[in-house]
Amino acid sequence: MFQYYFDLAWRSLKRNKALTALMVLAIALGIGASITTLTVLHVLSGDPLPGRSGEIYYPQIDPQDLRGMSPSKEPPSQLTLIDGMNLLRAARADRQALMKGGEVPIQPEGAALDPFYVDARYTTADFFAMFGTPFRFGHGWNAADDEAKARQVVISRDLDAKLFGGANSVGRTLRISGTAFQIVGVLDHWQPNPHFYDLDTGSYAAGEQVFLPLQTMIDLHLSRDGSNDCWGNGGGGTDTVLPADTCVWLQFWVQLNSPAKVEAYRQFLVHYSQDQRALGRFQRPPNVRLRSLMQWLDYNGVVPDDVRLQTWLAFGFLVVCLVNTVGLMLAKFMRRAGELGVRRALGASRRSLFEQLLVEAGVIGLVGGGGGAVLALGGLWLVRQRSSDYASLAHLDPGMLLTTFVLALGATLLAGLLPAWRACQIAPALQLKSH
Amino acid sequence: MDILPILSTLRRHKLTAGLLVMQIALTCAIVCNAVFLIGQRLQRMDMPSGVAEHELLQIQVADVVNSGNPYARVQEDLALLRQVPGVQSVAFSNQVPFGGSSSNGNVLLDPNQPQRTLNATTYFGQNLVPTMGVQLVAGRDLRDEDFVDVDTALKGLKTGDTKSLPHVTLITRGMAERLWPGQNPLGRLIYLTPTVGLRVVGVMASLVRPNAYDAATAQYTMVIPLRMGADRGMSYVIRARPQDRTRVLAAALAALRKADSQRIVTTRRSFDEVRRHFFRDDRAMAGILVGVITALLVVTALGIVGLASFWVAQRRRTIGVRRALGATRANILHYFQTENFLLASIGIALGMVLAYGINLFLMRHYELPRLPAIYFPVGAVALWLIGQLAVLGPALRAAAVPPVVATRSV
Repeated sequence: MFQYYFDLAWRSLKRNKALTALMVLAIALGIGASITTLTVLHVLSGDPLPGRSGEIYYPQIDPQDLRGMSPSKEPPSQLTLIDGMNLLRAARADRQALMKGGEVPIQPEGAALDPFYVDARYTTADFFAMFGTPFRFGHGWNAADDEAKARQVVISRDLDAKLFGGANSVGRTLRISGTAFQIVGVLDHWQPNPHFYDLDTGSYAAGEQVFLPLQTMIDLHLSRDGSNDCWGNGGGGTDTVLPADTCVWLQFWVQLNSPAKVEAYRQFLVHYSQDQRALGRFQRPPNVRLRSLMQWLDYNGVVPDDVRLQTWLAFGFLVVCLVNTVGLMLAKFMRRAGELGVRRALGASRRSLFEQLLVEAGVIGLVGGGGGAVLALGGLWLVRQRSSDYASLAHLDPGMLLTTFVLALGATLLAGLLPAWRACQIAPALQLKSH
Repeated sequence: MDILPILSTLRRHKLTAGLLVMQIALTCAIVCNAVFLIGQRLQRMDMPSGVAEHELLQIQVADVVNSGNPYARVQEDLALLRQVPGVQSVAFSNQVPFGGSSSNGNVLLDPNQPQRTLNATTYFGQNLVPTMGVQLVAGRDLRDEDFVDVDTALKGLKTGDTKSLPHVTLITRGMAERLWPGQNPLGRLIYLTPTVGLRVVGVMASLVRPNAYDAATAQYTMVIPLRMGADRGMSYVIRARPQDRTRVLAAALAALRKADSQRIVTTRRSFDEVRRHFFRDDRAMAGILVGVITALLVVTALGIVGLASFWVAQRRRTIGVRRALGATRANILHYFQTENFLLASIGIALGMVLAYGINLFLMRHYELPRLPAIYFPVGAVALWLIGQLAVLGPALRAAAVPPVVATRSV
């Protein structure tokens, strides 16, 4: 039966090519625009650490002086060096890492390559295990190396390919800013999007090429990037001078494996703040936050407003296209009133006519969905030509491709309901009489 | 033209007419808001910088190994760059207008006030005002004797030795107006921290923030006499005649490389590129909006063509009868044109209400201002025009229906 309806639909669509083309075009344009923006939104609001992000938290405490205090104010979004080291050494979480971004010059051996700058992450031992970074060769460093200010470095797959042709470079020496470092690990491809652990050094498509101990950075005065907020008489520092004690400039992440541990850690942060206040370091009453990774991204509004606005715009456009299709479909179905009347008179039930008309709408939806997918591929290609940070990430994945057809089919069936119902209301006798 | 017969016909096609009205209303509402958004973006992209943008170049260099005295290094480089043919002036700055990365400070009028008065960006560096072409409207520029080395100042800040801190500053007219409305700002004190008081010695017409996201605070700018050493984040700013810039940039880079081949040039661009890069997302958004408006109007026009054609085909008999009864071609043509005008008008009226609603939504979620009334006619005129253009073809076809049709059975 379905095949028969399908055949009828196909014939009917072929009979009136202009009207069919108009409907398909409207659906394709609406779906193409919606899927393009939806894909961008989907990529940008994705989970950077699928399967892990639920256990990753970002603690915040408030070490500022009383100036500008108000009860509703959020604590600063980073930590001072003192608090960072205290929380790191307290080791109350399952894993914890303190970090900062920067840029360092790499000096390749031999004259084949000129020195070049790469993005660096200065962090502590747990970084790799906590974020589940995939290692191609070797491994990270350990807590003892952190304290020893070890000249050890983990490099990215890209840097390994550039310097060593992709060979296992573990154990080899890398000169960074005039100092010899020993390579202890080579990461496999790893670029979490958004770049959640430090949104100040690029939210998207940002990735470090070298990872080395935070203490080593402080020892060698390597240059830092990212934000730096000071109060009181704090000065932000230069490459050679660290930011003052009244500046927050470090990110601190923890892994907490159970809800009970999350609550316990929150309590720990409150107690820590109280202790520091008793010592005279903190002046404000405890003001702590412990957001999960996804909450942290949400709190920071990491998805650009423009992208959300574009999605609204595209769906508005889709609605107009659908209303347009409803009108055209109504015209098309009503034009066939005679034919439908004959079929009714010959014994076809309203229900079967309705089904047949919906099959016709569905065929339009599928063809329109195909057109929409092609337009979305084109749209995403256009997005990739832009110079925004996230441009390079805009690709259609199989899930979104399936969404394209589901959305197209669903939308067109919805659009077909009213015209099909209306066409089924035709009294067969009236139609037959006029012929 | 009689409207009543048209209305009574439309009453018999409520559903189709309703759908057309709805489509026109939605299109009108989206077009009004989209045109408004485009206006907003264009206005933003036009934000004044206060500097001679077409004459400026930015160069950033980074050392591979920290070597020598970074302060001496800058003086050597500046001397070198001044020698490059075509260079009119050179400055060394911690940041550039629309450069993105920015140093900011909280400004207090009284060292003991609990809340800051405003947040201003702080430019450091020598020779900034003449090189960038910033206009001084009152007072004087910073002088050599005003300048303090950054490291000395940071040390002073830590130890509380206020002698080693800078004592004067330039501010923009916009910031002065915000701090002391209608008063002379020269000689007044502002505080960056309770111990760092700076006396205003000069007022600049305009100098925009490096990260000017909000037009209201974009001009809250100070220039502080701090001397910096060579550092990866700092910029050499070169002024040259617009037509010389490409040549001057190449020659300047060659001179810097000749002085030290081990340095890496990380940024080299004209200020036109700086502005283009800073507003890239706004430009993209404006482009997308233009695309959406075009697509919407095309889809709506095609929809009108489709429905009007259907109606004409459906009413062929009626048209034939009217023609046989003495209606002229022009009567038939005008009938369809008036019908479309009526439907468009109802759609536009609904669309205005909807446009207002969408604007309220955008105001709540995207910090947009209220839609000015001037944008409403834009959508109305666009849709009336599109409607009339779209209906013209089918209406002409209707007018061409011969009266003899009336005598034929279908």
